[in-house]
Amino acid sequence: MTIEFSQFKGSTDYIAAPDLQNSVNVAIALGRPLLIKGEPGTGKTMLAKSITGSLGFKLVIWNIKSTTKAQEGLYGYDTVQRLYDSQFGDRDVSDISQYIKLGKLGEAFTYEEPVVLLIDEIDKADLEFPNDLLWELDIMNFYIPETGVTIAAKQRPIVIITSNAEKELPDAFLRRCIFHYIDFPNKKMMAEIIKVHYPNLEERLLHQAMEAFYALRGINGLLKKPSTSELLDWVQALALGGIKQDRIVRELPFLGVLIKKNEDFARAQRYLDEREGRRPKPTSY
Amino acid sequence: MFINFYHQLKSEGVPVSLNEWMTLMEALTKGLSFSSLTGFYYLARVVLVKSEAHFDRYDLAFAKYFKGLETTEDILEKALEWLNNPLPSMLTSSKQKSPFSQWDLEELRRLLTDRLKNQDSEHQGGPRWIGTDGTSPLGHSGDNPAGMRIGGESVNLSAVKVAADRIYRGFRNDSITGVRQYEMALRKLRQFSTRLEGPKDELDLNGTIDATCRNAGMLKLIWERPRRNKFKIILLMDSAGSMDRYMQICSRLFTAANRTTHFKEIKFYYFHNCVYENTYNSHIISEKNAVKTEEFLKKFNSEYRLIIVGDASMAPSELLMAGGAIAWNEYNKEPGQVWLKRLARHFPYSVWLNPVPAALWGKEPRYDTIPLVQEIYPMFELTPEGLEQAIKKIKR
Repeated sequence: MTIEFSQFKGSTDYIAAPDLQNSVNVAIALGRPLLIKGEPGTGKTMLAKSITGSLGFKLVIWNIKSTTKAQEGLYGYDTVQRLYDSQFGDRDVSDISQYIKLGKLGEAFTYEEPVVLLIDEIDKADLEFPNDLLWELDIMNFYIPETGVTIAAKQRPIVIITSNAEKELPDAFLRRCIFHYIDFPNKKMMAEIIKVHYPNLEERLLHQAMEAFYALRGINGLLKKPSTSELLDWVQALALGGIKQDRIVRELPFLGVLIKKNEDFARAQRYLDEREGRRPKPTSY
Repeated sequence: MFINFYHQLKSEGVPVSLNEWMTLMEALTKGLSFSSLTGFYYLARVVLVKSEAHFDRYDLAFAKYFKGLETTEDILEKALEWLNNPLPSMLTSSKQKSPFSQWDLEELRRLLTDRLKNQDSEHQGGPRWIGTDGTSPLGHSGDNPAGMRIGGESVNLSAVKVAADRIYRGFRNDSITGVRQYEMALRKLRQFSTRLEGPKDELDLNGTIDATCRNAGMLKLIWERPRRNKFKIILLMDSAGSMDRYMQICSRLFTAANRTTHFKEIKFYYFHNCVYENTYNSHIISEKNAVKTEEFLKKFNSEYRLIIVGDASMAPSELLMAGGAIAWNEYNKEPGQVWLKRLARHFPYSVWLNPVPAALWGKEPRYDTIPLVQEIYPMFELTPEGLEQAIKKIKR
């Protein structure tokens, strides 16, 4: 039996865990949308970019906002423009098709070559939003009543959907998806990720930073744990700031890069004081 | 195939639909599990499980169903031992790499079993034997692009072992977790509060423009119902001594409720063990903060949703006898039960959230009064999942 489907293996600037690669390949092989969840900063959005990079496909991004409607992704009918045109007689207004503008989903359907469609942060939209897209994502076509045209996908796009779990997604929608939860990277993988971004980083600095970072994440009761992208920023700050390596674990310099909430800041400070056996200072932010 | 695994998943509480099961079958016929148990573990999980909250249940079901079924892994593990010491990686020129079309799983598997029969030692480099860094199609860190990867990091754990590790336990939504999860649950109180009732008194600008244009430029106004949340909530919290141990859980709920701004109104009131003539508008139970419960009932009509948070654990006398109140400044003419019933009658949408684990309700002497309160209020555990169920109850 020959297996023919695209093999996603991560790319030079994106380290994908084997189970994530596997999920991507399964989704591609089955032609289902891939729903990606995970802690903020674990690279959900970057994944789609990495897939396009490694498989050489085009990327179409549909950014979802709280006001986005499913219809916008299919097409829009610019009635105002048509009205203007009818008043000023600029164009032949009986041809409605010139006022139909395809949305991102519609756009993805029109490409001759396979594309990756990223529906970013689907949970931002209204609760009904995912349900409104069920048919289009299943059958990969839609009908425009104004012109009587059916837009069908020339090539089934690879659909990647990310969610931050702000809202629960409807069951009917979930049933049609392949679901992957991106685990927080372990130390080994994290080291790889950092090296991809900062190849010239000193080994010892990297080691110390990771040590401090995972200790910080381990503090009980943090409201918002620092994420991968914050660690990357922090490592850069440490490198640029020329911080002595032995100070990193002991003092956690530039802590504000990692920790964004006052309560967490106080908690981290307390943790440091306890560990170093210092008398806690009066908290100041 | 594996139909019992389907039932196992169901009985562990993973919501699997037949649809998804058929998708899994399709994936299996396409060979996406790579004929290994580990492959199957991940494949079935991405296809069947749609929330990280269910990963732990999936792991449990998987471990139960596939316990003792590790034969495929055994072969692999034998091979894994030979692969433990990779050489530094080696580069091959691009013309040596064969195209993907030669990737033939059956062929590779035949090779693997064949080699396993004949190979009896660790091997590194070279084109034929299972080992590291070579160009043989079998092994890892090697450079045969169409090869079968055996082990290396991350696959070191067999699927059953991965499942048995239960690393997703923390994601279960019936365990107690952070403020955010409560917020998420509270947010669900929003979904039925829109566009269904109330007058159409908000100008729909887009709709108006659209309708006007369709109307050939003659103004046509479109009105719609505003999307305001109509929910009004009263959170009535027990601030007695017996609640102290649950303070952290309750404060999480409190923080979450406080932060959620989407309710039309949210009020916080307090009581001590049981509700009597007085409720309190501060968690410090004193006469200064007292509000007559009758006033309370007059002030808030039945539209308000009442959420009571308390352990419902008290001396039976507090609930059943006049004058049973525990507080020194109160003499209740009517037993607590009567007051609780009165509140429940006044607020048709009311629930009781209990931080005491549901398994203990009525099972230990100190929780004896819980079933009595349950007769009056639908009671749920104070966990994100319990809160969700409670919200379903009061949403209608």
